[in-house]
This record gives sequence, C-alpha cells and structure tokens, in this order.
Amino acid sequence: MQQLKAFGAFWYDFVIGDDWRIALGVAIALTATFFLARATTIPLWWLLPAVVIVALPLSIRRAIRPSR
Amino acid sequence: MSGSALFLAVFLACIVEAVEALTIILAAGTARDWRSAITGLLAGLAVLAVVVAVLGPAISVIPLGALRLFVGGLLLIFGLQWLRKAILRASGHKALHDEAAIYQRELAAAHAANGTSRSVVKDWYAFTLSFKGVVLEGLEVVFITLTFGSNQHNIPLAAVAAIAAVLLVTGFGFAIRAPLSRVPENSMKFVVGIMLTAFGLFWGGEGAGAHWPGSDAALLVLIPVIAVFALALVAVFRGSAPQNQAAAVNLSTRSEV
Repeated sequence: MQQLKAFGAFWYDFVIGDDWRIALGVAIALTATFFLARATTIPLWWLLPAVVIVALPLSIRRAIRPSR
Repeated sequence: MSGSALFLAVFLACIVEAVEALTIILAAGTARDWRSAITGLLAGLAVLAVVVAVLGPAISVIPLGALRLFVGGLLLIFGLQWLRKAILRASGHKALHDEAAIYQRELAAAHAANGTSRSVVKDWYAFTLSFKGVVLEGLEVVFITLTFGSNQHNIPLAAVAAIAAVLLVTGFGFAIRAPLSRVPENSMKFVVGIMLTAFGLFWGGEGAGAHWPGSDAALLVLIPVIAVFALALVAVFRGSAPQNQAAAVNLSTRSEV
C-alpha cells in the first residue's frame, strides 16, 4: 500500500508539480478551446496565453505570500 | 527555426537534468563505492531504454492532433512549473539551485547510511542512490525528447540533442570528479521554462483546434513574448524579496556570467 502511495505521489509530482491550480487552469483552457473550436468559427488561439498571463503571476504571488 | 529551436530546447533541458543526475552519482561514488554507483547508473539507463522502446513506437501511432493536445498540455504544465520556480529564484524568493550544496548534502547522507551488499552489488545504498537519480532525472529527458521529436517529425534530431547533452555533462563530470557547479543551471532552467511554455502553448492550442496566426512562425513571436513576460514578473516580484535572498541572487548572477 505504501509503495502504491509513493508511486502515485511520484506521478503527481512529475505531472502536476508544485501548484495544482496551474495544471487545472491549463486543463480547463484546453477543454474550452477544444469544444469552442468545434462550436464556433471565432479565433481561439488567444485563450491559452490568456490563462498563462493570469495563472503564472497568481501562482507566484501565492507562493511568496507565507514568507511575508 | 523549428529544427534549431527543437535542438536547443532538448539540449538545454537535458543538460540541466544530466547535471542533477551527475551530482547524485558522484556523491554515491565518492562517499560509498564507485563500482556500485556505476552499476546503478547502468541499471537506470537500461530502465530508461525500455521506457523509450515502449513509448517511442506508441507515440508515433497516436494521431498528430491528439498527440499535440495531450503533449502540448503536459509541456505547458511542465513549462509553467519550471518558469514559476525560475522566477521565484531569480526574484530572490527561493534559494538558487546550488549543485555544490546539494552534492555536500548527498555526500553527508551517503557517509551516514549503513552499507549492505546484495548479489553482485557490493554497496546497495550507492546502487539505489545512483539508480534513482538516473531514472528520476532521465524520465523527464525521455519525455521531452520523445514529445518534441515526434511533434516536429524529427525524433533523430531530438535524440542527438539529448545524447550530446548527456555525453557532454558525463565527460566533464567524470573528468573533474566534481559536481558541475559552474554550469549556469538557474539561467538554463529559465530558458527551458520559456521554451517548454512556448511549445506547450503552440501545440496545445493546435491540438485543441485553435489555429495560430502564421502557423509555425507563431513560435518566433511566442518565445520572445514569454521571455519578456517572465522577466517583467521577475522585476515585479524582486521588489518584495527578502533582503538576504536578493543579495544572494546578485552574487550568484555575477559568478554565473
């Protein structure tokens, strides 16, 4: 059981990393792009960069908050 | 541009991971037993070879759209995590990655551990330390090499970049028998974070059905724009850095140049 937990923890750390909110933001943006691209004809290339512009500074701010 | 960007991204990422693995192997060999550490290194390389043999053909079977969506998403998450750490370090909120300090820590832990022998391995601790270092650091190398290579339809070029980086680091490391603390690892991680994020945005978007203006040429805009954005974040967050950390960053940056 402990080895299974360690295996799961390794993959979580490998894929998700230090901030799960970044991974969630990317997943939501990709899903939204995927479905919108099939439902509309509007350009959607800007959606992922928009998530990066918002998510990265927020994640850094959250990381430095406890040290203040 | 795509070929050179592919080579540069894979080469730099592999240099960073190889330097980290080398530090662990050197600590295991110096403090414990070289033969066991090198056996661990070879066993780790064998595991990675199996992973490549299984994943390589599997990746080439996946349709390009699905591959780009999945791989682009993962690369974007990886890139943002690398960039986040790099910005925290460069702005003085996180201690810089210091191979010399890590080497000393590993060395002390290796000296303190008890030694046992199993079958052909004289020192099990040195073997497992070396094996884990190679597999853990190598998995990221394998992933980046295979995904970059398959997306750009040039796995051989990605493999050459990865092998060149590993051979370069291994050659230098074993020649001087010391961790490569003078490699500007923090700066390289910053560059790799930018590259992974740019490729992740491009492939993820294309895989999901969005079309980038200018197609592949969009990467020529994405890479510098992300670099400027990341540097701007460093400048913004440096203002709130603790004094001692900021001083450490200045000193380290000077020694790295």
